[in-house]
Amino acid sequence: MSTIQESAAETQAATVDAPPKKAMGLGRTASWVMLIAFLILPLLVKNFVIFQVTMVLIYGIAVLALNILTGGSGQFSLGQSAFYAIGAYAAAILIEHGGVNYALTLPAAGIICFIVGFLFGFPALRLSGIYLALATYAFAVAMPQLLKLGVIEHWTGGVQGLVVTKPDAPFGLPMSQDMWLYYFTLAVSIAIYLASVNLLKSRSGRAMMAIRDNEIAASAMGVDLSIYKTLAFGVSAGITGVAGALGAIAVQFVAPDSYTFTLAIALFLGMVVGGVGWLPGSLAGAAFIVFVPNIAEGISKGLSGAFFGVLLFAVIYLVPHGARQAAIYAETLFNKLRRS
Amino acid sequence: MELFINQVLAGIATGAIYACMALAIVMIFQAIDHLNFAQGEMAMFSTFIAWQLMQWGIPYWWAFLLTLIISFVAGIVIERVLFKPLAKAPVLTNVAGFIALFAIVNSVAGLIWDFTIKQFPTPFGSSPFLGSQLISTHQVGMIGVTLGLLIALFLFFRFTRIGLAMRAAAAMPESARLVGINTSWMVALGWGMASAIGAIAGILIAPVVFLEPNMMLGVLLYGFAAAVLGGLTSPLGAVLGGFLVGVFENLVGTYIPGVGNELKLPIALALIVIVLVVKPNGLMGHTVVKRV
Repeated sequence: MSTIQESAAETQAATVDAPPKKAMGLGRTASWVMLIAFLILPLLVKNFVIFQVTMVLIYGIAVLALNILTGGSGQFSLGQSAFYAIGAYAAAILIEHGGVNYALTLPAAGIICFIVGFLFGFPALRLSGIYLALATYAFAVAMPQLLKLGVIEHWTGGVQGLVVTKPDAPFGLPMSQDMWLYYFTLAVSIAIYLASVNLLKSRSGRAMMAIRDNEIAASAMGVDLSIYKTLAFGVSAGITGVAGALGAIAVQFVAPDSYTFTLAIALFLGMVVGGVGWLPGSLAGAAFIVFVPNIAEGISKGLSGAFFGVLLFAVIYLVPHGARQAAIYAETLFNKLRRS
Repeated sequence: MELFINQVLAGIATGAIYACMALAIVMIFQAIDHLNFAQGEMAMFSTFIAWQLMQWGIPYWWAFLLTLIISFVAGIVIERVLFKPLAKAPVLTNVAGFIALFAIVNSVAGLIWDFTIKQFPTPFGSSPFLGSQLISTHQVGMIGVTLGLLIALFLFFRFTRIGLAMRAAAAMPESARLVGINTSWMVALGWGMASAIGAIAGILIAPVVFLEPNMMLGVLLYGFAAAVLGGLTSPLGAVLGGFLVGVFENLVGTYIPGVGNELKLPIALALIVIVLVVKPNGLMGHTVVKRV
């Protein structure tokens, strides 16, 4: 009997495959190319496209946060939409009721979500795998209903939600609101990306990855399981909160029904498409969840869901490990070309 | 007290729906070790097939039987064509595949049968059961079928060769292969059975929630909750979990003031999470011992 249980444990342990630490970030050249591309992009395209790319960056931050939690510490979450909602509402309420500058709402949203996530991490300590997924899922399902509660309607605006004013470019810079918001989001994204890569490279990041790879071995090596697991939850929630706040400012509107379970599913898909545990992949995943539903709708209105599913299947057949696999393939190809 | 008994009865009646769904979920979990998010949509599609057969004039029980066969075959085909190539891919990629399947099935059903609500017949009649207003003969029939299905499954897994082979393939694939079990086909068989059980669940549920492409959405959420509450490794736990969730949900709505329909689900889920924190492997699930 004991052998049966052992093999069951072994198959479960391999849920998140472990990318080597070196492969967590992008190479130097690739990073610079990406950065320059993102800097000049808004000068070449229309305002609507700028808005879409801003949304890709924002979702990219949220997917990155999930990636830290799942790819970094091996915990599942279907509740990211709840943290995203808290961040968005924190920003909207601070801007509209408190008159706070929009830039200052981001750290506020981050801190609030960090606290909520950290506290949520405690009951989550006892759960793992599917059971943790259910607990976080319950949180995601409850959030829109909680936001509609009559008690806090004065602050949240109830079912109608809140309208957020879009910020103008500061210092009289000659650019449109969309463009300014794009650069603002880009700066925040880069800061969060660098911080996340460094976090995973640090002592704490190594501890999280040790927990992901083998919990018991990690605790035997002296890693404090409860601290690092709750910390991972807190950091992930905090970053998601910042993304939510940015999202609220970019969309100029928050309402309970924008943050349903569907959003959590979308973020999850983004993580899988981008490659679990590969942080730059978050951007590819975010691009997938922003653009592919539109493409599917473009092919056929009635069958948009079917085409979305088919495209998703195509991606996971071609690259079961997500964009990371494509990047590795591209890198080897590039190196071969350079040598020949 | 009468209110309490009535609410518990009504809860058991809705719980039977969740129990059916949870049973299908646990079945496929045992065969493939993943939660199939598309399970509800597959059941919905099967129910539409049954409805279509009846529209063509086939009698209820023949349509029922045909639907079971079609669903069984379709489940196997889906596994062979779509998910066998992903057998070696990471678990999370498989879950993404389920979500893709969900989107495809939902959208195709919407295109073929459109989104208008359809009536679905019941073989048990819908008169009040023993004079009670809260529970109808259909719901009693549903509970009966669920329990019968549970016993049949228990007998199948306990006493037949193929049931034993399926359990072996799920518990220890490598060793099962060594003694000559075709583990890959066992997975396909698991899909087929889960799909057929889903079809039964769908056909039983449809007279209550009415037939339309999104009918399974809410049921699936509760079904998952029920399956996890009961412990994903135990069919009996799943059925028990289904009834418990139904009763929970009703009592919460009745006895906690200020809880409308909106807050019923979150509170029921919160209760389940509390249960899970106390018993992390569900009510009937056995503890997984980890190897260091």
